[in-house]
Amino acid sequence: MSGMDRDAAALLPPPSVAGGRAVTLPREPGMLGAFWRRLRARRSAVVGLAIVVGLVLMAAFAGWIAPYDPTATDWGAVRAAPSLAHPFGGDEVGRDVLARIVYGARASLGAGLVSVALAVSLGLPLGLVAGYAGGWVDGAIMRLTDALLAIPFLILAIALAAFLGPSLTNAMVAIGLSATSTFVRLTRAQVQAVAAEEFVEAARSVGNPPWRIALVHILPNIVPAILVQATLTIAAAIIAEASLSFLGLGQQPPEPSWGAMLNVAKNFLDQAPWMAIWPGLSIFLAVLGFNLLGDGLRDALDPRART
Amino acid sequence: MSDMPRLETPLLEVRDLAVAFDTDGGAVHAVNGVSYALREGETLGIVGESGSGKSVHVLAMLGLIPRPPGRITGGQVLFRGRDLLTLPEKALRKVRGGEIGFVFQDPMSSLNPGMTVAAQIVEPLRIHLGLDARAARRRARELLDLVRIPNAAGRLDQYPHEFSGGQRQRVMIAIGIACRPKLLIADEATTALDVTVQAEIVALVQELKREIGMAIIWITHDLGVVAGISDTVQVMYAGRILERGPVDDIFADPRSAYTLGLLRSLPDLTRGRAGRGRLRQIEGAPPDMRAPPPGDPFAPRNAYATPRCRTEAPPLVQAAGAAPGHLVAAWYDLPAILAREAEEAR
Repeated sequence: MSGMDRDAAALLPPPSVAGGRAVTLPREPGMLGAFWRRLRARRSAVVGLAIVVGLVLMAAFAGWIAPYDPTATDWGAVRAAPSLAHPFGGDEVGRDVLARIVYGARASLGAGLVSVALAVSLGLPLGLVAGYAGGWVDGAIMRLTDALLAIPFLILAIALAAFLGPSLTNAMVAIGLSATSTFVRLTRAQVQAVAAEEFVEAARSVGNPPWRIALVHILPNIVPAILVQATLTIAAAIIAEASLSFLGLGQQPPEPSWGAMLNVAKNFLDQAPWMAIWPGLSIFLAVLGFNLLGDGLRDALDPRART
Repeated sequence: MSDMPRLETPLLEVRDLAVAFDTDGGAVHAVNGVSYALREGETLGIVGESGSGKSVHVLAMLGLIPRPPGRITGGQVLFRGRDLLTLPEKALRKVRGGEIGFVFQDPMSSLNPGMTVAAQIVEPLRIHLGLDARAARRRARELLDLVRIPNAAGRLDQYPHEFSGGQRQRVMIAIGIACRPKLLIADEATTALDVTVQAEIVALVQELKREIGMAIIWITHDLGVVAGISDTVQVMYAGRILERGPVDDIFADPRSAYTLGLLRSLPDLTRGRAGRGRLRQIEGAPPDMRAPPPGDPFAPRNAYATPRCRTEAPPLVQAAGAAPGHLVAAWYDLPAILAREAEEAR
C-alpha cells in the first residue's frame, strides 16, 4: 500500500510552474517569431518537440506504419525474438509487438491529451472565478479543490472502475479529475497576479464589466502559464494511464496499451524481455518528450528571460 | 463647501468623503473628511505627498479601490446631481470612462500588453457610445490624430510595446477622452515621463480641454506642473485638505505651513544665485494613519504649530485677508508669523 501511495505521489503533476508572475502571450507575429526563436535556441526543447511530434504522427498514422494488425495472432510468432518479420518480436499470443507499440501510442497520447483537456476545462473556469471574484466564492472553490486533492488518485480510479467498469475512458476521467486541482490553483494564482496589474485597473476605469475584464484582459495573459503546466501534466498523465492499464483499470485487452503490455510482459521477463523493453522505452520517451517540451516552453515564454 | 458665490450647480461636489483600509495592524484612515466643489470646465490641481489621500479619494469616488480591504466610511460625492457613492455598480460603470475619463500614472503598465492599441481605445467607445466595430475604429483613428500620434492609421494595430513612453501616455489620454467626458482625472499622469515629454503632455491636455470643454482633476506631487495647468490648487496632507485656492494666490500667498514648506523645497531659478542656496526640506515624516493625530495632522512637523493645533483639527475656512476662495485649515496666522520672522531677522 505504501508503494502505491508513492506511485500516486509520483503521478501528481509537478507543482506550480510559472511562479506568481504574469507572463504575456505573444500574439503579434513579431512576438510569436521571437518566441519561436527562443524555443528553438534550447536544444532540449527541440528534442522534446521532435519526440512529441514523432509520437503524434505515429499515433495518427498507425494504420500505415504498423506492419500488422495489433490484435491479430500468429502461432508462429509466440514470444518470437525480434527478427526481420517482427522487428520488435512477438508477444505471448503471437501478436506483433511493433504494431502494438504503434497502436498503443493512441491510448497513451489520447489519455494524456483527453485527461489534461478535462482537467483544464474544469480547472481553468473554476480558477478564473475563484481568483477574480475572491471572497466567499474563492473560499468555496478552494475548499472544493482541497477536498479533491485529498482523494487518493488510485482509490478514485479503482472506485470509478468498480462502478462504471474498467475502461480507457474511465481511466481518463480519473486522471483528469485528479489533475484538476492543480489547474484551479495555478489559474487562481495567475489571475490574482494579473488582476493586480495596473492595466486591469485601467480597464475597470473605462467601464468594462467584470466578465469582460476576466475574459478579455486577464485570461489571454495567463494562457502561457496554463500551456506550460498542461504540457508537463500530459507527461504525468501518460504515466498515470500506463499505471492504470498495468493494473487492469485502463485499456482492456486485446486493445493495445503500453501499460497493459508491461503487465503481461512481467510474466515473461526471462524468456521474452523484448515484450517489456519496447513498451517501457516508449513510455519513457513519451514522458521525456513532454517534459522537455514543457520546460522549453516555460523558458521561452518567461518574460524575465528575454534575449 | 462652495468657495465662490455662483448660481450654477457644481459639476462635482465632494462632501466630507472618508476612506479607510482595513489592515492587520488596524484601520488605516487614508481620507478623512474631504470636501470641495469643481465647476464645469475648471482645472483643479491636487498636490500632496505619497499617502496624502489624493489618489485614493478619486479612486474611491468611482468605486475603483479594492473592497475589501478598502471601505468608504462616510460622505457624498455628487456628480451632476447624483451621489456616486450610492450608485449601483452597473450605473457607476456608465460613469467610468463615459462621463469621467481616467489617465493613470504609468503608461508602461496601464495598457494591456497583449491587446492592440485600437482594441483598447475602442473599448470605451463600444461600451458607452454603443458604436459598431467599424465606427469605433474610425473614431479610434481620429482620437490618435487628436492626441498627435503621427501616422495614426498605421499604428492602430500595433501593440503597446511598439510605442514610446510619451506616446503610450498619449494613447492613455485618447482612451480617457474617447467619450468626450465632462471630467478627466489625471492621476500622476506625467510623473513617469521625462521632463520634455511631461511638457508636451501637459500642453496636449490643455489643448484638449479647450476643445472638449471638460473639467480636469490633475493629481500630482509636482508643483511646477500644477502651476502651469490649474485654475485652482488644493493641497492635501494625511487625508485632509490643508489649503485650497486660486493657483496664483496659493503660490504667492501660502497660508498653510505645509504649503510653505513645499514651496520652500523647490529650487527657484528666477532668483539667480539667491535661489541656488540649500533647499529646505520639511522635517519629520507623515503621521501613522492607523492613529492620525487628533488635531491638525501637520502639527507634529510644524514649527509654527500652536497648542490648539495639537488637540483640535482646524476647519477649512476662508483665509483672513486673502483672495476670495482662498481657504486654509490652520489655527496659526502664517502671514503674521512670517512678518515677525522677517522683523527679527532684520
